[in-house]
Amino acid sequence: MNRLRAWFLAPSWIVTVSLFLVPLAIILFYSFLTRGNYGGVVLDWSSDSYRRLADPLYGMILLRTFWIAGVSSLLCMLLGFPLALFISRSGARKNLYLSLVILPFWTSFLVRTYAWMFLLRDTGLINTALQSMGLIHSPLPLLYNDGAVILGLVYSYLPFMVLPLYATLERLDPNLLEAAADLGAKPGATLMRVILPLCAPGIRAGTVLVFIPCLGAYLTPDLLGGGKSVMAGNLIQNQFTNARDWPFGSAAALALMAIVMLLLLAFVRSDQEGLL
Amino acid sequence: MKGGRRAGLALYAVFALLFLHLPLLILALFSFNASRFTVWQGFSLHWYQEAFHDAELAESTWNSLIIAAVATVLSTVIGTLCAYGLWKRRAPVLSNSLYLSLVTPEIVTGISLLAFYQWVFRFLHVQLGMHTVILAHISFSIAYVVIVVMARLRTVDAKLEEAALDLGANEWQAFRFVTLPVIWPGVIAAALLAFTVSFDDYVITSLVAGVDSETLPMAIYALARRGVSPMVNAISAVIVFGLGVLILVSERLRSA
Repeated sequence: MNRLRAWFLAPSWIVTVSLFLVPLAIILFYSFLTRGNYGGVVLDWSSDSYRRLADPLYGMILLRTFWIAGVSSLLCMLLGFPLALFISRSGARKNLYLSLVILPFWTSFLVRTYAWMFLLRDTGLINTALQSMGLIHSPLPLLYNDGAVILGLVYSYLPFMVLPLYATLERLDPNLLEAAADLGAKPGATLMRVILPLCAPGIRAGTVLVFIPCLGAYLTPDLLGGGKSVMAGNLIQNQFTNARDWPFGSAAALALMAIVMLLLLAFVRSDQEGLL
Repeated sequence: MKGGRRAGLALYAVFALLFLHLPLLILALFSFNASRFTVWQGFSLHWYQEAFHDAELAESTWNSLIIAAVATVLSTVIGTLCAYGLWKRRAPVLSNSLYLSLVTPEIVTGISLLAFYQWVFRFLHVQLGMHTVILAHISFSIAYVVIVVMARLRTVDAKLEEAALDLGANEWQAFRFVTLPVIWPGVIAAALLAFTVSFDDYVITSLVAGVDSETLPMAIYALARRGVSPMVNAISAVIVFGLGVLILVSERLRSA
């Protein structure tokens, strides 16, 4: 019956296979080869690249990546929850506030990261303002450290946390809150024992949605961390440019991808409400 | 007491929304600064003039527009056909691959495409350039198009097409004259979104671009790395404003 529909899928099959699946297969292939003397790869089978991943030097980078992504996700949750709560209770203005949260996300990732360079650098707005007020004499080292990277990630991915939190808070039955109050629960107790447990799916979804892009972050640590704050993404990029070790870069890329996929799978299995 | 908490929450929300918007607003404000330094010295359009007359920026903007336009048209066509094909006929491998391409870190997509191109170049006599960037952009935009068009298709009553088929239309005519007009706003919304993600991409593009295909984000990255020039603020303001308008139109069309 639907032969036309099968034809309609053909172009996307071709693109997906040739420009996504085959390239992944090629780095899988490369990750088992040996690096050439002048970059590239030579056909010499070896699993050295994977063994090198276990080297403490790279283990540290992976740990740092997890640490930075974890802190960023936690901050997004702490900052995003009250905002989502406020929006879910704003009646007719909900859509306006939601648009205000989403809009910056779509306007140029690069420009939004540059905005923080502009604010934080030695000659940036914050240091210039503090100096002209006479509060400090030499610029504070605000840029090129882990704090700046975390700030940039929180700023970039906060909308990913607010949206699923809002979705669960929106569905929360206000009668439950009244019931809690009638039964004598103080607002703090209602928050901790009624709202938060009911929002657990939204918190989980938001955390996954923030944590995963933070794990794969490249541009934010590159610009705001300035080479000092190396994350997994920067390590991979470096293997393909300066270090010219494609097999090792491929192995690291696949390891990162495997971690991302495991996290997603674990989450999708626990996602009963279809928040993703 | 209750009112006080409510006010506290509202005050917090104001600060959170300022956190999201203020950095870009300040960036844009200082694009109108007469001084090169981060001290306000009066209104001026000097940096816009300088950015406008910069040959490198002009060329990279032109490249970005060509790449985004071609990639948008192709990914919208391919993605719309794909969404329609997936509408009722399940293809789990294809749809899972598309979702996977969305969550794959950009740096991984970028280096795998680079490795793929270098491998293909062993057999063909070509080099990295506009074409490799365009192909990469088509590949990562399709998933966005499929998701937006699919959302629109879910609101379409399948009986409309059945009626068309009963009345003697063939499958192509039922798609072309019944379903496509109904989902058209979604298709345009998807195209605007595809244009935005293509025009803005830095990570994948920088890996697969050749010497003659520097894009605007690559030029901005280089300027941002070099140091302070309010020229970057000026271009940034234009980009944020332009893409912001596209996104607002896209949102409007999607909720229409």
